[in-house]
Amino acid sequence: MQRYSAFAVAREALRHHRGWGRAWGAPEPKAHYDTVIVGAGGHGLATAYWLGKRFGIRDVAVIEKGWLGGGNTGRNTTIIRSNYLQDPSAAIYEKSRALYETMSQDINYNVMFSPRGVMMLAQTEHEVRGYRRTAQANALQGVETQFISPRRVKELCPILNIDGPRYPVLGALWQPRGGTARHDAVAWGYARACSDMGMDVIQQCEVTAVRSEAGQVTGIETTRGTIGCGRLGIVVAGHSGVLADMAGFRLPIESVALQALVSEPIKPCMDVVVMANTVHGYMSQSDKGEMVIGGGADGYNNYTQRGSFHHIEETVRALVETFPMISRLKMLRQWGGIVDMTGDRSPIISRTPLGGCYINCGWGTGGFKAIPGSGWAMAELMAKGASPLAEAFTLDRFRQGRFIDESVAAGVAH
Amino acid sequence: MSIRLNSGGRRIDRDRVLRYRFNGRDMAGFAGDTLASALLGAGQTLMGRSFKYHRPRGVVASGPEEPNALMGVGEGARFEPNQRAPATPLHEGLVAVSQNHWPSLERDVGAVNTALARFLPAGFYYKTFTWPRAFWKHVYEPFIRRSAGLGRPPEEADADRYEHFNIRTDVVVIGGGIAGLTAARLAAEAGLEVLLIEQDTIWGGRAPVDGVEIDGNPAQAWVDDTVAALAAMPNVRLRLGTMAAGIYDHGYLLAYERVADRPDSSGAPRHRLWRVRARRIVTATGAIERPLSFACNDVPGVMLAGAVRDYLVDYGVSPGDRTVIVTNNDDAYRTAIALHRAGLSVPAIVDARPEIAGALPEEARQLGLTILPGTGIAKVKGGRQVTGVALCQQGGDGAVTQEIACDAVAMSGGWSPVVHLWSHCGGKLIWDAEQAHFRPDPDRAPTGADGRGFVVTAGAASGALRADAALSDAAAAADRVLTALDQTAGDASPPRADVPSEAPLAPVWMMPQRAGADLRAKMWLDFQNDVKVSDVRLAAQEGFTSVEHAKRYTTLGMATDQGKLSNINGLAVLADARGDAIPQVGTTTFRPPYVPISMGSIAGEARGDLFQPIRRTPLHDWHEGQGARWEPVGQWRRPYTYLREGEGVKDAVNREILNTRSNVGLLDASTLGKIVVKGPDAGRFLDMLYTNMMSTLKVGRCRYGLMCSENGFLMDDGVVARLSEDTFLCHTTTGGADRIHAHMEEWLQTEWWTWKVWIANLTEHYAQIAVVGPKARTLLERLGGMDLSRDALPFMGWADGTLGGLPVRVYRISFSGELSYEIAVPAGQGRALWDRLLSEGADLGVMPYGTEALHVMRAEKGFIMIGDETDGTVIPQDLGLDWAISKKKDDYLGKRAQARPHMTDPDRWTLVGLETESGAVLPEGAYAVAEGTNANGQRRTQGRVTSTYYSPTLDRGIAMGLVWRGPERLGEVLTFPKVDGTPVRARIVSPVFYDPKGEKQDV
Ligand SMILES: Cc1cc2nc3c(=O)[nH]c(=O)nc-3n(C[C@H](O)[C@H](O)[C@H](O)COP(=O)(O)OP(=O)(O)OC[C@H]3O[C@@H](n4cnc5c(N)ncnc54)[C@H](O)[C@@H]3O)c2cc1C
Repeated sequence: MQRYSAFAVAREALRHHRGWGRAWGAPEPKAHYDTVIVGAGGHGLATAYWLGKRFGIRDVAVIEKGWLGGGNTGRNTTIIRSNYLQDPSAAIYEKSRALYETMSQDINYNVMFSPRGVMMLAQTEHEVRGYRRTAQANALQGVETQFISPRRVKELCPILNIDGPRYPVLGALWQPRGGTARHDAVAWGYARACSDMGMDVIQQCEVTAVRSEAGQVTGIETTRGTIGCGRLGIVVAGHSGVLADMAGFRLPIESVALQALVSEPIKPCMDVVVMANTVHGYMSQSDKGEMVIGGGADGYNNYTQRGSFHHIEETVRALVETFPMISRLKMLRQWGGIVDMTGDRSPIISRTPLGGCYINCGWGTGGFKAIPGSGWAMAELMAKGASPLAEAFTLDRFRQGRFIDESVAAGVAH
Repeated sequence: MSIRLNSGGRRIDRDRVLRYRFNGRDMAGFAGDTLASALLGAGQTLMGRSFKYHRPRGVVASGPEEPNALMGVGEGARFEPNQRAPATPLHEGLVAVSQNHWPSLERDVGAVNTALARFLPAGFYYKTFTWPRAFWKHVYEPFIRRSAGLGRPPEEADADRYEHFNIRTDVVVIGGGIAGLTAARLAAEAGLEVLLIEQDTIWGGRAPVDGVEIDGNPAQAWVDDTVAALAAMPNVRLRLGTMAAGIYDHGYLLAYERVADRPDSSGAPRHRLWRVRARRIVTATGAIERPLSFACNDVPGVMLAGAVRDYLVDYGVSPGDRTVIVTNNDDAYRTAIALHRAGLSVPAIVDARPEIAGALPEEARQLGLTILPGTGIAKVKGGRQVTGVALCQQGGDGAVTQEIACDAVAMSGGWSPVVHLWSHCGGKLIWDAEQAHFRPDPDRAPTGADGRGFVVTAGAASGALRADAALSDAAAAADRVLTALDQTAGDASPPRADVPSEAPLAPVWMMPQRAGADLRAKMWLDFQNDVKVSDVRLAAQEGFTSVEHAKRYTTLGMATDQGKLSNINGLAVLADARGDAIPQVGTTTFRPPYVPISMGSIAGEARGDLFQPIRRTPLHDWHEGQGARWEPVGQWRRPYTYLREGEGVKDAVNREILNTRSNVGLLDASTLGKIVVKGPDAGRFLDMLYTNMMSTLKVGRCRYGLMCSENGFLMDDGVVARLSEDTFLCHTTTGGADRIHAHMEEWLQTEWWTWKVWIANLTEHYAQIAVVGPKARTLLERLGGMDLSRDALPFMGWADGTLGGLPVRVYRISFSGELSYEIAVPAGQGRALWDRLLSEGADLGVMPYGTEALHVMRAEKGFIMIGDETDGTVIPQDLGLDWAISKKKDDYLGKRAQARPHMTDPDRWTLVGLETESGAVLPEGAYAVAEGTNANGQRRTQGRVTSTYYSPTLDRGIAMGLVWRGPERLGEVLTFPKVDGTPVRARIVSPVFYDPKGEKQDV
């Protein structure tokens, strides 16, 4: 692999950057792979990456129907935090957050992880109690969080209106080591690393059927031909239901549009990420200077990747109330992604009723932060048949009633 | 240098001088000017700095698509960054500042980035800045953040107001150019209701500038007549200054009206957001000119040819004394001719086409203008202002053939239809090779619920660029709308235009065609974001060949103009690098809004006190007058406690509790949900909704009920009263009322729609007052009117009657463990009852109490609270509420779920009371630790605190919690570490701390 560094950039500059090769290959699909991952989003690519890195499984193809990273991985608002309430969630999200800290160095690609701190505002007594509880749980889970005072909130984020007439800020759950990263870079960096390990990342290739014999997966059919495999990992977020159907099982998943928007860029005015769950909105400022804004998911199931404007209105209303200065900024662009929601708002990383077929989905509105950790666990599950991080996230937990309910702690789980 | 000419300018009024400030300098312009035309008129060509390299920039366009000339406009609470100068009307006293430079526009330190440009190609930041690790956060990122961004942030809350309009109409026509006017007129004549909107502040679009003649008259005259005719029609609404921002599913259109975008708005809203439902939408949004990609095409003084014409004709402003025209089409000759006619010098028309034939070039030739066929610009000279151009052969590699001194360059790469709105909701495009642009594919329009297209394009927006074609296309568009809406055409006949014929353009995506790396690295595609031809090629070389990858890797089209000027040129470069045709590459997704709209307008009036409705109980004002400290509960405000002079919050709560337990307290319980369920199947319905049996409840009696989700989790609780054989009144929690009402309706409407049940939410119809404490009965008896003795109204009974002359319904229920009555009166009489209770009870020590006292008293009594003991993961069985779960019923919501293995697991955490050994209050939300760690290295736990309070009644901390096998372990001591690790030890006890036998409430 061509190493990236400031030195390499300087060297290339002198020859008009003619020497840069492809970041990842553009291979034709082979007839058979040891392992096929469907979906070149962050989770699919991270799974492949760790299969290679941790377990030496490199005869791997990652199959993508569009362009890699073009699903929710390239559409999200990039909040990274691990201050979840339930033990299994805190474990996997914290693992993931920690992996983000070293990702740029691990894969020699600057994913711009920026641990600028994430605060979740408490604006009702109920929220205060909820976040105090989360802080207590986090202390035992090894996740560094704090419940902070309104004064500290204002210090950390001066543009916040902490004494709004309706929902004055009563405090916040603060995770100083949470933050954001550059979403595209995560997908690109992993794709490059996978390609470098000899794996095939195959774009513009849609999976149309799953083949099996005697309850065991044997391969897939795609728009670019049939591909055999010994192990199949389905990692397709909003389209999980479609793929599960091909593999002959059903999922407790609903697919809905989640929207986001950005303002025009302005000079830095907000160093932290703020989530205001009572009023339903959150905001951070990107390195380009845009205010990155999100809110709740649309209320009806669909696959269109565009949402309804009234949700945008609701979100912006909430944020103008919370950050009055944004009233005179302009919305530059709105968009949507299809998120895969489970009933307990926790993911599924699991074996499936089809032998050799594994699924990783259900990250819903909040799986960007989980990408490296989820790949870590999924790879382990596929390689070894079990992973402590994935253990609680089985598909049959719904049958047993063993939910991992995160909606408990916060209305919005980005 | 740009100047104001002595004559000309159809939009300005030279008799009205407007004074304004730019970067602290006093300036003057004319009424009718935009900020950009006024600045150009004053010789100010330098207007801003680019995003990445901080290159000096001037205005390139004349409309809202402008990428360079963005300004901070206004002051203080009316300051707004990133206003497009060409779309900002000038007004007296306007204050503007240029952006993205330090210390000044003229001298900007950030411009060193230009010198370093070759080290900062597309995506360089993905390859560097990774060592040492901590440097990203502390060094690199802060630096990047500071040099990026554009305008400075507003600092104050917005002083202006905004509003929303909602309308329905048959047809919306977007764009008031000649095509839009025609389509609107034809639709209106046919009797349809029409809304015609135009983003500019005048009607007519390009035609009047371009000297088009319609039906034998100058375009302006035709426009004036048509607008007058439309204005006179009752079925037509006309709006200037109103931009269509987005098209959404089902004919939903968002339009953005700049009503009074100036400080002296005298109370009018600044912006108005129109939410329109239209049966059909006509986009007559015209076309936008494309720049040409030649080296240093971003130097101030290089402008779009159409924009040069606009400034000249509309504002009497010339961008320079000597303007070189560079083009690949005939339209730009209009600019050459107009400049020449205005007495300005046009040293050369540089035309990339080897053969030049059309009528407009011929006219130019006759005027004596020099035309250089097959020629291109090798490089523009000058730094902060164009000083000349070096020419070359278009087919070559850039060897300079000639240099021409000039101070402006007017460029035209052809025109692209504005397809954004068409595309927002799924309309598809086709590549038009002849005109080298994407245009809407009429066969693949965005479709509505009926599967038919609901957007129609008209005029240049369809790709019909010339005026004659635009008018016939608009007529055809109107026809399609009429047909779709089953309407017959009116009398008006479609207009016709007279225009000279034009020769086809020659696609030119790079100038010269075989430019080397040096030149490519200076050809700007996206001006604002500093994306050059070399960047897009680098992206392709590195495998970012998907158009979306290339966009994201280079940031092409991601600036505030969202690629309006750059996208097609960028696609062409990418296609070339891939060796594909442009349509194979495709476009990126068009997303709303068309041009950015203010957040203020999106929020509308909903801010401050109007942010969300405040729901007030009938006693609200009384509470406010008595020092109530409010707690928001949903949209309600409830008194948390009533503070007396000099009293702390905790003291107040303790006082209220002790008084209620020894005398009598009053609680405003009006916010409790009250849902009436009525009908022959009401009992059966409630049996399904509640875990207990409601159908057997006797009229006159109350029963405490639990409601679970399908997953078995406890979601709400409350007392149900049977009012008559077929009528029940269900009380819900305050926060739950709307949700439970919706939940009931959902089941009724989607699952049990044949059941005869009706539901109404009566929450606000009644004021409800809890009269609580040992002296409660005495107090009520003083009001007189009904027998409230134990025999007449036993515990868990209710009765209608009068109290103090007021019609009441009295429930004997208790949430505090005391003798307690909840009294409902019609909302209008709530205050009267409250006042009577206070005055009659003065000597009994009557005193109101708030929600915190309520919480503490229920915890003392071991009653659960939804939201505290429950959190969506708790089933009634966990809370020892098995007694409220009917074993006799076949089914209820949640029953099947509660039979799942994990739900019946004896290892579940279950409800207990907790008492610290020291008597201190347990920390909120604390967990009880167990030995060791789990497989993921987390400390094991065995329980958690769900409610914890200081009990003034017992003078010690009390708590409730869920503990592993809790009730089996009474007396055991658990350790609850605080967040800082300090252990707090607490004993497992019964959750009922107060009056365990229940003697006090049933007296
Ligand atoms: C607006 C928005 C904001 C968000 N904000 C945050 C946030 O702030 N923080 C956070 O942590 N998370 C956030 N999320 C959630 C996060 O984006 C997702 O959970 C995460 O990116 C999911 O990654 P993934 O790899 O599972 O899915 P994706 O990135 O969607 O990848 C799935 C891939 O599968 C491909 N695919 C589908 N079907 C097929 C097929 N038949 N054949 C081949 N390939 C197929 C798709 O094309 C896609 O590329 C947000 C999501 C959205 C939409």
